[in-house]
Amino acid sequence: MIEDEDIDLLLNDLFDLYGYDFTSYSRASLQRRIERLCMLDKFPSFAELRYRVRNDPEYLKRFVEEITVNVTEMFRDPSFYKSLRDDILPVLGTKPFIRIWHAGCSTGEEVYSMAILLKEANLLRKSLLYATDLNPTVLEKVRKGIFPLTQMKQYSESYIASGGTRDFSSYYTANYGQAKFDSELSEKIIISTHNLVSDSSFNEFDLILCRNVLIYFDKKLQDRVLQLFDASLGTLSYLALGTKETLKFSVVQNKFKQLNREKIWKKIE
Amino acid sequence: MEENRITPHCELLLIGGSAGSLEVLFKLLPLLKADLPFPVVLVLHRRNSGDSSLTELLASKSSLFTSEVEDKDPILAGNIYLAPADYHLLIENDRSFSLDYSEKINYSRPSIDVTFESAANIYGCSVVAALLSGANEDGTRGLMAIQKAGGRTVAQLPATAQMPFMPQHAITSDAAGLVLDIPGMAHFFNTLE
Repeated sequence: MIEDEDIDLLLNDLFDLYGYDFTSYSRASLQRRIERLCMLDKFPSFAELRYRVRNDPEYLKRFVEEITVNVTEMFRDPSFYKSLRDDILPVLGTKPFIRIWHAGCSTGEEVYSMAILLKEANLLRKSLLYATDLNPTVLEKVRKGIFPLTQMKQYSESYIASGGTRDFSSYYTANYGQAKFDSELSEKIIISTHNLVSDSSFNEFDLILCRNVLIYFDKKLQDRVLQLFDASLGTLSYLALGTKETLKFSVVQNKFKQLNREKIWKKIE
Repeated sequence: MEENRITPHCELLLIGGSAGSLEVLFKLLPLLKADLPFPVVLVLHRRNSGDSSLTELLASKSSLFTSEVEDKDPILAGNIYLAPADYHLLIENDRSFSLDYSEKINYSRPSIDVTFESAANIYGCSVVAALLSGANEDGTRGLMAIQKAGGRTVAQLPATAQMPFMPQHAITSDAAGLVLDIPGMAHFFNTLE
């Protein structure tokens, strides 16, 4: 087992040498991820992991990719996407132009799900989807829009459960075990690194989606990020979080009103 | 010597279960006393559906306040907490929950091992953990971590389990300090201090 003090040392190294600040990440999850990485990469001791991180900038990339959780899927929680279709897109559709921010988008499955919703609502032409993550490696995957073909059966089922009526396979081309999504979708996606811990607001949005990202942050950092979102939302705009995340007890809770059972809030002031 | 060892105080009761464990809880929860001086955390393998009917069903069986965990909820004595579907449930230093959507462990999310190991880290010897019916190896490693930290472990008597594999696996691995049937577990939990 890795001690708390060891993790502190490692986090200080990461900040001092590379500028990555993980000190406000949820400690229980970080500890698991670090222990897992020690096992995966067969470090005989924590000290050796620390030495490698300090002295091998190439390894740092892998470290950051493995320490952050990059598990995501298309149309996860179909009822959430159904609410986007039925309740949110009709309102956003009244605007001349739609800006959506996927904060902490990981490999981009949710971004492509959103692009499909917009296309089906005939709104994709006037929309831009900003996909950001702290991790450049996962953003490369968003850019390519290529996901494993083995997942498509489940994604297709979730798509249908979200109210989709088309043939899901019409959105991608299958090749060598991979599904490459249409460039019509990816053309509308703007990709950039952005670190929610240290970077500031960069635009005004009509909808921000940040699902299952805040769970990895401690309360203080959650508040910081929620204030950043608040500052990045215009009038008549929405914020969407993961099914077990909440604005309750946060610094911005009075500025937002939850719409329905789904974790979607409308900005009210 | 065993008799002279001071029994650690119980600050957290964990119950893990898979296939066949709901029936056990339906019998066990009504037997728990209304003023349990510690929190109870349930980690159950369940279908990934968005509805919360399982929480309501479990709440109807108990006089203790029962809820499905939301991120960063504080862990309070006298409450029953249910791990949400499709997240791992972790425990933080300040005794609050955090959720984690990383890879499945033992084909499971929530994984019983993950919560048990996390609880062992934070609560050490003051954890009591029980493993109920199931057809999966999940939970054994977690029980071992709790034993190592000085906490106490229980496996459901396999003969009373619809799916004996999971508790039997813990027993065979020497991870179960006690092997109890449902009334035995209820009595043991009610007398923990």
